[in-house]
Amino acid sequence: MTHPALELAARDGRHISGADLADSPLAVRGLTVSYGQKPAVFSLDATFPAEAMSAIVGPNGAGKSTMLKAALGIVPRLSGEVTVFGRPVEKARDRIAYVPQRASVDWDFPTTAIDVVLMGLYRDLSLLGWVRTRHIEAARAALDRVGMADFAGRQIGQLSGGQQQRVFLARALAQNADLYLLDEPFAGVDAATERAIIDVLKSLKAERRSVIAVHHDLATVPDYFDHVLLINVRRIAEGPVADVFTAENLQATYGGRLATAHLGQLVPASAPRTT
Amino acid sequence: MSGLLDALLLSAGYNAALVAIGAALLGFAAGAAGTFLFLRKRALVSDAVAHATLPGVALAFIAMVAAGASGRDLLGLLAGSALSATLGLLAVGWITRTTRLSEDAAIGAVLSVFFGFGVVLLTVIQTMSAGRQAGLESFLLGSTAGMLFADAAVIAVGGAMTVAATYLLRRPMTVVAFDPDYARAAGYDVARIDLAMMGLVMAVTVIGLKVVGLILIVAMLIIPAVTGRFWTERSEHVLWIASLTGAASGYVGAAISATAPALPTGPIIVLVATGFFVVSLFLAPVRGVAAALVRHRRFQHRVHLRQGLLALARAEPIHDRFTLATLARAGLIRPDGVATEAGRAQAAKAARDEHRWDAARRIHQDTALTGRYDGLTPIEAVFTADEIAEFDRLIEGPRIVAASEPVGAR
Repeated sequence: MTHPALELAARDGRHISGADLADSPLAVRGLTVSYGQKPAVFSLDATFPAEAMSAIVGPNGAGKSTMLKAALGIVPRLSGEVTVFGRPVEKARDRIAYVPQRASVDWDFPTTAIDVVLMGLYRDLSLLGWVRTRHIEAARAALDRVGMADFAGRQIGQLSGGQQQRVFLARALAQNADLYLLDEPFAGVDAATERAIIDVLKSLKAERRSVIAVHHDLATVPDYFDHVLLINVRRIAEGPVADVFTAENLQATYGGRLATAHLGQLVPASAPRTT
Repeated sequence: MSGLLDALLLSAGYNAALVAIGAALLGFAAGAAGTFLFLRKRALVSDAVAHATLPGVALAFIAMVAAGASGRDLLGLLAGSALSATLGLLAVGWITRTTRLSEDAAIGAVLSVFFGFGVVLLTVIQTMSAGRQAGLESFLLGSTAGMLFADAAVIAVGGAMTVAATYLLRRPMTVVAFDPDYARAAGYDVARIDLAMMGLVMAVTVIGLKVVGLILIVAMLIIPAVTGRFWTERSEHVLWIASLTGAASGYVGAAISATAPALPTGPIIVLVATGFFVVSLFLAPVRGVAAALVRHRRFQHRVHLRQGLLALARAEPIHDRFTLATLARAGLIRPDGVATEAGRAQAAKAARDEHRWDAARRIHQDTALTGRYDGLTPIEAVFTADEIAEFDRLIEGPRIVAASEPVGAR
């Protein structure tokens, strides 16, 4: 039995082999999301590669976060198919860990750093089950990995923005997932946290997991990522950073909002730096 | 007074003991369910739900009388109240979803319409000839006088079931309350968990009608939760403290009410709960008013001490009385305003640290470190010994305050 997404792709005349789709940690076909009457994402196709670091890049309001949220079912899809490792996203939840935008929670909530990380492990617990020593150890290990072991007992609102972001990443790490989806992980964090987070993400890739991040800092795209999806409501371009992250494509994505001189600095002139 | 003691010790008679235990269980359930309502910031919705029970109670009474019964069967009345409360809850959701009205407007509309309709129905019931309508208005403010064993049993069993359900759902409800987007991505059915939470709230409201009454039940859902919040930064502990203070309020309130049957039970229970709240508001460590005051005074003291020391080091006159008093109390200046030996030494250290910070800013471009300068953080807490030695080389060693001139303004 073929997957509906495959049939759709075949009908559209796009040549996507089943193997590609089955391997892809996240593939969307014809995704449209709309708030009211205005599409935020329109008929978007994307196939992210496995065991790689991918960036979703585009201007403000281009639908980057919306696309991620729609793929995860946080906001409803108007149309489109989403597969995770070749299966419908609803059936692959246990393979996904999501790090939402930092602004989305109430910082006065009575919860400590380690409590937040433990929330990543709740799915392993039955309704009656207790949090056991091994869960607490796993949570501590995740906090340690992001350099937050000393802050385990701190109330979440008493941490700096960067530290809060690290705790959210630790919660995702505790889930031990195959696909990590991050929404603007570097927004509003300090330089030390950005380094700590990128180190963790690179180690995830080394462990053969897949990382997809909404990213807003064009200057670091070639350094951090292997694969990039340029979107502005529609897909502008997608592929390896070396091929796709060009001045031409960026101009198409951002329109007049990027000065040409600025573009020249962002895009490596000849051979792109390897990470 | 001995009557109250008897009631508290469950020796004021079988019925009073039963009521006290039932009220304690209700308080426990209300504290537990209310914690999640509070964490999810839906407290006002429960007020709409509570007021929406009244037409259900009245209609159930009318229906039972029409069927030839006395109309006083508690289970029947509660079933009716649950039905109209559900309608009220759905109405709030429907208005919020389909119109541009915000939830608070929807709550106001539903609350007043349902409650008004209920009052009209109660008036109609007063004029009915059949049935025993006396005492129906006790559902407004709660009354335990003349409560039957069957009524108390309904409350106790309902409370226990609500507590059990809250316990089972505590983790999903916590995740949803803290971070609904994450919960959805992790595969939690947020809409259903929210519905279950409102179901628990409705259960507490319905079984609390007899004891606390529909006007004040929202207080039993919220006051214990905010009381718990004062004492801890962990939701699991808020849950326990809220449940226990809720239970204690129900128990003590019912006992007081047993000794003064003329008073409605609901307000007494709520007043006891408010007592716990006020004590927590003032005395809770960290989040309480007293603790905040102490913290502020300590901070003020540190600021004045530091400013005074820097003034001493620069041999500037000090005019601020509080600064002078702080320095004198710490033994750093004599009553006539002249710096003591210890005062000069500490002033020198304070001045040296200021110079070190200046040097640190020249050497370190990393704002993450130099950004921690706030005038109060000791430099040793930010930089290592060898780094500080480097600053000292730049500033040519510690400086000593000039001779013993008085610094107090005269």
